[in-house]
Amino acid sequence: MGTRITIDPITRIEGHLRIDCEVNGGKVTKSWASGQMWRGVEQILIGRDPRDAWAITQRICGVCTTVHAMASVRAVENALNLEVPLNAQYIRNMIMTAHAIHDHIVHFYHLSALDWVDVTSALKGDPAKTAQLAEGLSSWNRNSKHEFAAVKERLAGFVGTGQLGIFTNGYWGHPAMKLSPEVNLLAVSHYLQALEIQRYANKIVTILGSKSPHIQNVAVGGVSNPISLDSQSVLTIERLMAIRTLIDQLADFIKNVYVVDVSAIGAFYADWTAIGGGVTDYLSVPDMPLDTKGTVFDTPGGYVTGGDPATFKPIKAFGDPYFRDGVEESVKHSWYKGGKGALHPYKGETNPDYTDFQDNGKYSWVKSPTFYSKPAQVGPLARVMAGVATKHQPTMTYLNKVIDTVGALAHTKIPLSALHSTIGRHAARAVMCAVDVDSLSRQWDLLMANIAKGDTKTFNKPTFPKGEISGFGFHEAPRGVLSHWVVIDNGKIKNYQAVVPTTWNAAPRNEHDAIGPYEASLLGTPVADPERPLEVLRTVHSFDPCLACAVHIVDSEHQEIVKVKVL
Amino acid sequence: MKIVVLGVGNILLSDEGVGVRAVERLRDDYILPPEVEIIDGGTSGMEMLEDLAHADHLLIVDAVRSGQQPGTIVKIAGEDVPVFFKTKLSPHQIGLSDVLATLVLTGEHPGSTTVIGVEPESLETAMALTPTVAAQMPKLVGILAEELRALGLTVAGKA
Repeated sequence: MGTRITIDPITRIEGHLRIDCEVNGGKVTKSWASGQMWRGVEQILIGRDPRDAWAITQRICGVCTTVHAMASVRAVENALNLEVPLNAQYIRNMIMTAHAIHDHIVHFYHLSALDWVDVTSALKGDPAKTAQLAEGLSSWNRNSKHEFAAVKERLAGFVGTGQLGIFTNGYWGHPAMKLSPEVNLLAVSHYLQALEIQRYANKIVTILGSKSPHIQNVAVGGVSNPISLDSQSVLTIERLMAIRTLIDQLADFIKNVYVVDVSAIGAFYADWTAIGGGVTDYLSVPDMPLDTKGTVFDTPGGYVTGGDPATFKPIKAFGDPYFRDGVEESVKHSWYKGGKGALHPYKGETNPDYTDFQDNGKYSWVKSPTFYSKPAQVGPLARVMAGVATKHQPTMTYLNKVIDTVGALAHTKIPLSALHSTIGRHAARAVMCAVDVDSLSRQWDLLMANIAKGDTKTFNKPTFPKGEISGFGFHEAPRGVLSHWVVIDNGKIKNYQAVVPTTWNAAPRNEHDAIGPYEASLLGTPVADPERPLEVLRTVHSFDPCLACAVHIVDSEHQEIVKVKVL
Repeated sequence: MKIVVLGVGNILLSDEGVGVRAVERLRDDYILPPEVEIIDGGTSGMEMLEDLAHADHLLIVDAVRSGQQPGTIVKIAGEDVPVFFKTKLSPHQIGLSDVLATLVLTGEHPGSTTVIGVEPESLETAMALTPTVAAQMPKLVGILAEELRALGLTVAGKA
């Protein structure tokens, strides 16, 4: 019997996740991932107008607002066989890529880099040596000695107040922290710069979506942005030019800083390319449609088994039966009433049945989805696998850049198989972020060209038939495959299910008791100090968990009471 | 001057959405001066960085569990505000408190912060407020208007 570690909650993620591990001989030998929140949003949608579902589903989660809006309208459009005008596709694509870029930058720098970067060590970094190191890696114009000295001074002032603030929960000085003070100073400087840069991505979402965090411009059948190049209140040339500038600034940072930093951290932590793999069956979907029907896409998606791109089976279009018929969810180990085996989302049920944490029974609010009866890992790494399989040029360009940079710094040749790891997930996210910023740029060009042709159409009006219809919409969201499934009866929603990326990755054991991707990835992970399980956090964070949409609040009655003034 | 009125909470969880409902009502019922920005923050986090940066005053409206009768409206100000965030009375504050901590790091944090809270009765999955909390809405929105007037702003009800 080894040591049992329970981490509850996992910090620096969205939502409430509990991880349990058994550690024997310094390594994880058994693990459980448990979502500690319940999601009942699907029940709210029953009986409502399908045209309103997107606005409601974007309230599921504060981080992933736009992605639920998009998957929802696509599901209803699929049920109606409704085409979407080209302008609307491009505008949606720009919102989706800008959102993904925001999400990836925030995830790497602000939610997970501190697992690898020791902020307190950065205070010992020499600005001149840091500048020398940085200039050898990239042509980014904010890598000067002066910049690093200023950051060091600012950081010292901040830490000197005795309040670590946003840095409070770090494992500072942990033996698994291996970067030199200079690399730490470089990373902390880019952490601060990323706080500025990520706002540019959000500004694009705000301009196109009318508002942020909850966009207002989506509609079943298109978007509600009127296009008029000379009117003030709509999508004008001025606004489009402002977006162009923001795209260029984002591209500069992503290609010259984010991709480079991930490569450098990957090289210094090369041992982590052999840790954290787990489930190597990968599922992604194609996205950024370039036609009105959703049959031609800017980025590919499909299914890869055993980590081998040669096994790739493509998902070809919105409504592809290969995707539709492969998805099921089991509640055998989840806190829902079951007994019917794994169910297809059109038949999915969400009736709570809480039992307490049972190692061999029910232990999570997250359902367990499978693709053709097997667990699948989703996320940027799955996209990279699809990109390699289809020789997708943008993916190959940035993947080769990362692999070459890591190889040069670590003085070794990095094989593709190194991607099946904790570091591999970070590398894949950076690669896809670069792919996305190029895609965003291309969507802008396409939109401008299409408008120049005189096409200003943005919306096809939906009409709902009598009787029952069903449809599903998928979206390759920042954390992976998101799908919404809707059954509509006489124009009203009869059933609705959202199968979200974190459900795939944080899945508990399934109908056949097979472990989910988080659980599998933790097996074999070294744990130096069970009291400070930084290594476990590194692997869990590498998936970019977002439990809020997997789920509800656990009430905690024991709260410390704050002094309040009753009005 | 920049004054931000931020409604936070999840409108899918009945009274949890009271903050969002209150700022919608404030926007609809009052004529506000241009320096006031109304933000429906939902449950988001880092997306609000730009909106909250350099605010002279931040007025947050939220569901707050402080052990009072459901529907009770409370005010948290001054040195109690950081304690309020630490105790995480409301589930989405992890995001908001991180945003504010980040603004401290970047030197862009709000000049002052006040929280107006409402004790929720139910956090069940539903889009409507409970009758208990809904009945408090006129009083709540009136308090928000008063808070703005106390900052020296002219805030008039729409006819």
